Amino acid sequence: MSAAASVDITAEELLRSEQQKDLLRLVTAGSVDDGKSTLIGRLLYDSHSIYEDQLHAVKRASRGNLELALLTDGLRAEREQGITIDVAYRYFSTAKRKFILADTPGHEQYTRNMATGASNADLAVLLVDASRGIQPQSKRHAHIIGLLGIRHLAVLVNKMDLVGYAEDIFLALQQELLVAIEQLDFETVEFFPVSSSDGINVVRRSPLTPWFRGPALLEYLENIDITRSEHNKPFRFPVQRVQRTDDFRGYSGQIATGKITVGDSITVLPSLRSTRVKSIVTFEGELQRAVSPQSVTLTLEDELDISRGDAIVETENLPFTTHNFRARMIWFSEEPLDPKRRYTLKHTTQTVPAEIAVESRLDISTLATERSTGLRINDIGDVVVETSRPIFFDPYSQNRKTGSFILIDPATHNTVAAGMITSPVSDSGRQQTSGRRHGRVINVTDHKPLEEMFQNGSRETLPEHVVVLSNWNRKAVELLSGAGFDVLLLDAPSGIGENLPEGEILALLQNRIHE
Amino acid sequence: MSSRLTHLQTLEAESIHIFREVAAEFQRPVMLYSIGKDSSVMLRLAQKAFYPGRIPFPLLHIDTSYKFREMIEFRDRQAQQLGLKLIVHTNQEALDAGTNPFRVGTQRCCELLKTQSLLDALRAGGFDAAFGGARRDEERSRAKERVYSVRDAKGQWDPKQQRPELWNLYNGRIGPAESVRIFPLSNWTEMDVWQYIDSENIPIVPMYFAKPRPVLVRGEQLLSVEQPFVPQLPGESPQLVMCRMRSLGCSPCTGAIRSEADTLPKIIEELVTFRRSERENRVIDHDQDGSMELKKRAGYF
Repeated sequence: MSAAASVDITAEELLRSEQQKDLLRLVTAGSVDDGKSTLIGRLLYDSHSIYEDQLHAVKRASRGNLELALLTDGLRAEREQGITIDVAYRYFSTAKRKFILADTPGHEQYTRNMATGASNADLAVLLVDASRGIQPQSKRHAHIIGLLGIRHLAVLVNKMDLVGYAEDIFLALQQELLVAIEQLDFETVEFFPVSSSDGINVVRRSPLTPWFRGPALLEYLENIDITRSEHNKPFRFPVQRVQRTDDFRGYSGQIATGKITVGDSITVLPSLRSTRVKSIVTFEGELQRAVSPQSVTLTLEDELDISRGDAIVETENLPFTTHNFRARMIWFSEEPLDPKRRYTLKHTTQTVPAEIAVESRLDISTLATERSTGLRINDIGDVVVETSRPIFFDPYSQNRKTGSFILIDPATHNTVAAGMITSPVSDSGRQQTSGRRHGRVINVTDHKPLEEMFQNGSRETLPEHVVVLSNWNRKAVELLSGAGFDVLLLDAPSGIGENLPEGEILALLQNRIHE
Repeated sequence: MSSRLTHLQTLEAESIHIFREVAAEFQRPVMLYSIGKDSSVMLRLAQKAFYPGRIPFPLLHIDTSYKFREMIEFRDRQAQQLGLKLIVHTNQEALDAGTNPFRVGTQRCCELLKTQSLLDALRAGGFDAAFGGARRDEERSRAKERVYSVRDAKGQWDPKQQRPELWNLYNGRIGPAESVRIFPLSNWTEMDVWQYIDSENIPIVPMYFAKPRPVLVRGEQLLSVEQPFVPQLPGESPQLVMCRMRSLGCSPCTGAIRSEADTLPKIIEELVTFRRSERENRVIDHDQDGSMELKKRAGYF
């Protein structure tokens, strides 16, 4: 909303610049009374995203001073109780970006809403109260944020006005939280000393914290690079519908990850039939190339039997296909998980009956894992899922779209759980039963030693049990390593296989470290 | 093509995904078509979702009979040009009993001509899913609505029983008498809608563009007089004022705003400098605190 305010530009120029913005999705979390609603009210108010009549309504309802929190507390029950009980979505924009903010409740019993808000977020804003220190709840929230695969965390040390904007208090809290989230896999973590009620360091940097070198929160949100390179991931296209007219047969869906070009070879799951992309059809005309998250319709060179729930993926890089996998799950329902029951599992566009066996449960207050066979509301547990038909997936850590699922209670139709897939079960099963040595999988990012070896040596240089793959293909890796080959992958996505120091790779290649 | 999608491309892709999910998972979907700018955008997104096929469900217009003339003309023209299956439903019984906002009050009038009429039409058509153009940025209680909003047999919304909605995995499972309201524009803002209309050349009702119109000037309110029952104050007569509609509803309850914006870029420029929210000219939202939430609980969109 602030774009036009000062600069003198024409309506057309303004329109063009508005249309070129990108989108950042964020989620906010904090305990009750950490001042979250006030912060959001402040962001909306100071970025001029509040309309006058809405402000009037809030002024009418405020007791005395303008209560910014009232701008965001939507439902009557919340206004009556003065707490936020459901996820609310807020929209604001600056000259650079559009923002979709999921405002999630701080109450412990509403963990599920927190997970809901976090599921689509690129970035999380976690509030802690400088005057009360880091509460157990803050650590739990950070944990859920990490669990849901959010890469960027902004920690707002709020109510700095109550501690006289003291740097040492800020630094101590920063240290304490950094230790608490050490295990979690964030790409970036930033800390901000803030007073949301006074607007300190929220939209503009404040002279009250001269010792703070970083940007104000909004500046940071405008500039952070959240390109998650979703289109550099393997191509995944869950089929939503088969689009048929008299002379047309295409497969409609949204590209979950990756990109596709006309002529690319693809494989259909679960049939494993392969063909090529003939055309990429949209209302605007045919495209030569499409990227995630575009919604398109694909036609294929060959007529294959494909229906909703199938997936079109790149041939060179197949996902796992199995009916037995491990997952981390958050239980939402008042009714505890029943291991004897069948639930309905929805994953991408596939819906299948599934049974769940719980292995352990995360104690959210101590963040320790304990053995358990059940899950109750707001519990987080490690489970083994068995579906009645195989589903295709990637681990959630690599792909949020093809690694996530929800569970539906077939009797009440409620969504009772959300799951994040960690790995197939069958792999380890095969390892144990075959009695054969499972090959190592090594990710080589520095090719130099390999190249030198191939240049200097002959074909015999390579030991018999080693294969080198220049293209990361899960199926091939699975088969080869399962058959006992050591697989060297060139430039596989990070997180795949082991990373070994150069010396060890050379040793392996020269057959010096075997048996 | 650049690899980075703009916010409009991202929102479009998300909405198309929702349309296709519903078409694949429900027996009898229907799209609520209110003729306004949001409906125009929804219609275009539905065309895109099912291209090169036709939209695989009918459109439903709840006609209170008090809509602006230009709206009805636009509706009929669109339906004809695009070959849409359009159902128009009116609560004739209530109209015959003399229902209008001045006789029964705005709340009761909406209840009978919109909410009741909508529920009747949905039941008559046996529809299990109904698309609506509501956006979360419109009003506080809408900020908490899911994309799939489950309604009981009476079409009522219970905000405490909302299902968690994660990733883009929508739960469309319902009991025999239940139905789902679907909001494909949930994440769009008023600004996004206008930008999209501009970039896609989407036809909209001409009343959104400023021109001199005869209106009754009542303080800040500018009222078009299309219905004979709108009482005129002594000595009051329509004046020609340069104005436009920011949102469209029933003529007796929707005021115009003073504006010079007669093109899309000017409307968008106006929006940037606007300090009033778009539902402000709607008398019905202000009849009591939290009134939108109460209407939604009762079955309104």
